[in-house]
Amino acid sequence: MGLDPVVLFFLLGVAARLLRSDLRLPEAIYEGLSIYLLLAIGLKGGVELARQPLVSVLPQSLAVIAMGLLLPLIAYPVLRRIGRFERSDAASIAAHYGSVSMVTFAVALAFLNDRGVAYEQYMPLFVVLLEVPGIVVGILLAKLGSDVRHIEWKTLAREVLLGRSILLLTGGLLIGWIAGPKALAPQGQLFFDLFKGVLALFMLEMGIVAASRIRELRRAGVFLIAFGTLMPLLFALIGATVARLIGLSLGGTTLLATLAASASYIAAPAAMRIAVPQANPSLSLAAALGVTFPFNILAGIAIYHWLALRIHTL
Amino acid sequence: MKTHPRKLVVIITEGALENTLAREVIALGAHGYTIADVRGRGTHGTREAAWAADRNIRLEVICDEPTAERITQAMREKYYANFAMTLYVADIGVLRPEKF
Repeated sequence: MGLDPVVLFFLLGVAARLLRSDLRLPEAIYEGLSIYLLLAIGLKGGVELARQPLVSVLPQSLAVIAMGLLLPLIAYPVLRRIGRFERSDAASIAAHYGSVSMVTFAVALAFLNDRGVAYEQYMPLFVVLLEVPGIVVGILLAKLGSDVRHIEWKTLAREVLLGRSILLLTGGLLIGWIAGPKALAPQGQLFFDLFKGVLALFMLEMGIVAASRIRELRRAGVFLIAFGTLMPLLFALIGATVARLIGLSLGGTTLLATLAASASYIAAPAAMRIAVPQANPSLSLAAALGVTFPFNILAGIAIYHWLALRIHTL
Repeated sequence: MKTHPRKLVVIITEGALENTLAREVIALGAHGYTIADVRGRGTHGTREAAWAADRNIRLEVICDEPTAERITQAMREKYYANFAMTLYVADIGVLRPEKF
């Protein structure tokens, strides 16, 4: 099987940036594409959610949320003790790695679709559930020992819960759930058939953005690069184990491992900047966007799929 | 042309603060504000606004002197330490004093 075109588009973006081309997707188009991707993922999940008995999804959801709370608690001591980061920086990076990346999830979906691997179609629900817990734990870690009443939870809730990703994913899930597959069929051409093409365009921009973080990475040093590749591997192992315990299929295991391994670079930076302003935002972005995102796209997803295969033959 | 003296407070800072600052200047007595997305270079390096997280804004408020005093004071105390922020105040003349 040849290299995935989605990955090649990403590499084109990286190359353009490294060669100092001024290529950019116009911001309005970038925003439009990201709205499309979120809605398409949400709708598809929602349609499937309607067919699921709630009793089986609920315990799975609780386990997934518990995993979201656990991940930053693992990352934090590593960042503190080995990375020697200050409390606020360590907590902020931990929050980014506790939360998830929708685009990485989308690329993993495309990966599984290409290989004809089945997965639980309601997995987008878990993207929504995993976005927030990591951020909340990160904020609490940063404020450890100080007074948590000073945190402006209301402002934060508005920023995070009404941010584009949670609003549109949840909205898409609900629309898909309420409307059902028949009513959505006429929209299917736009939302389902064009998905991969739009994802490819989006990845071009992601390549440019990820490559623009390289300079900061040089300043951040070896630890962050090692952290950005090794921590996702460990998290993927945890994700795959949780997936197996809650009875997900092979494809579902790959997806949950990918989600656990991915790091947020949209919701988490916005939330941490407000909640923990002392933390240096370029450290966490360099790791999440400059190291972990490209690593997951280029190698991670394939590794996590292999891991899922292993765990399912145990 | 008869103009009335007012202060123009200009705050160039991180996009993350947009909503917070917009609320805050109104609470401090400003009657309104104007916000624009901007790019530039400064002590925090080149800010290309290539990513939502390094978006920058310029927030402008036209107000009377006491309000300008309150706003600049609040900005210095709350945001100078942890945020990229450039702040300056200019004397300007407005045509409709009741508006500002």
